[in-house]
Amino acid sequence: MASKPRIKVPKSATAGEVITIKTLISHDMESGQRKDKDGNPIPRQIINKFTCTFEGQVVFECDLDPAISANPYFEFNAKVPASGTFKFTWLDDDGSVYEAEAPIEVK
Amino acid sequence: MQLTRRNVLGLTAGAAAFAVAGARITPALASAEDAEKMVMEFAGGATPSEGKVMLNAPEIAENGNTVPVTVTVESAMSGDDLVESVIIFADGNPSPAVATFHFTEMSGEALATTRIRLAKTQNVIAVAKMKDGSVFMDKKQVKVTIGGCGG
Repeated sequence: MASKPRIKVPKSATAGEVITIKTLISHDMESGQRKDKDGNPIPRQIINKFTCTFEGQVVFECDLDPAISANPYFEFNAKVPASGTFKFTWLDDDGSVYEAEAPIEVK
Repeated sequence: MQLTRRNVLGLTAGAAAFAVAGARITPALASAEDAEKMVMEFAGGATPSEGKVMLNAPEIAENGNTVPVTVTVESAMSGDDLVESVIIFADGNPSPAVATFHFTEMSGEALATTRIRLAKTQNVIAVAKMKDGSVFMDKKQVKVTIGGCGG
């Protein structure tokens, strides 16, 4: 249901710098409030959790409710202590997990 | 009436708004009291005070389906001066909870932007819980032209 996530992380930073990360993933975020043509409720199916970690340490987490727009977008900050990889995880209501990675180099 | 670009835009927007309003099944909307109850629950006994949290949302949102909101919390983000979580409520949506952000020392700065759905004109509330247990909140009214829930 979701397509390839898009992530923006700077390629390099100085040690201890606070950088901005932007992420977007395509997902309908079906709220469970809508009804189909025959008036039957469409079951809820959203991404309910987003996590960003840096070398195993949690940087930012978000619990999503149905009031988050389709194609959930996040912008947040992260401190970069050393070169490493940011890992991003999205959890779907149906149990699917979408993952992405982005490396960063400290100069 | 002369057919200018401005006129055409206005007419189509009006027609679209009418179509949406007509086809919509009004969902049971949460009341402001519900939202307040949830704020209190999140605060866990502490009384939310003003300040520190800044909620940035547009004054008027033409499309309630995607309303950009940004929260920033003044904090050093280290030691005891740490923001643990920020919760966002919309007191006129079918269910007031919108999102909960969790920050850590690795966040560097307590800032988050996302896009939310708003069913109608209402207050958006951001509540921040600090590591020392203190709670801060900010509230903004957002006027919504076309609601973003149901269909």
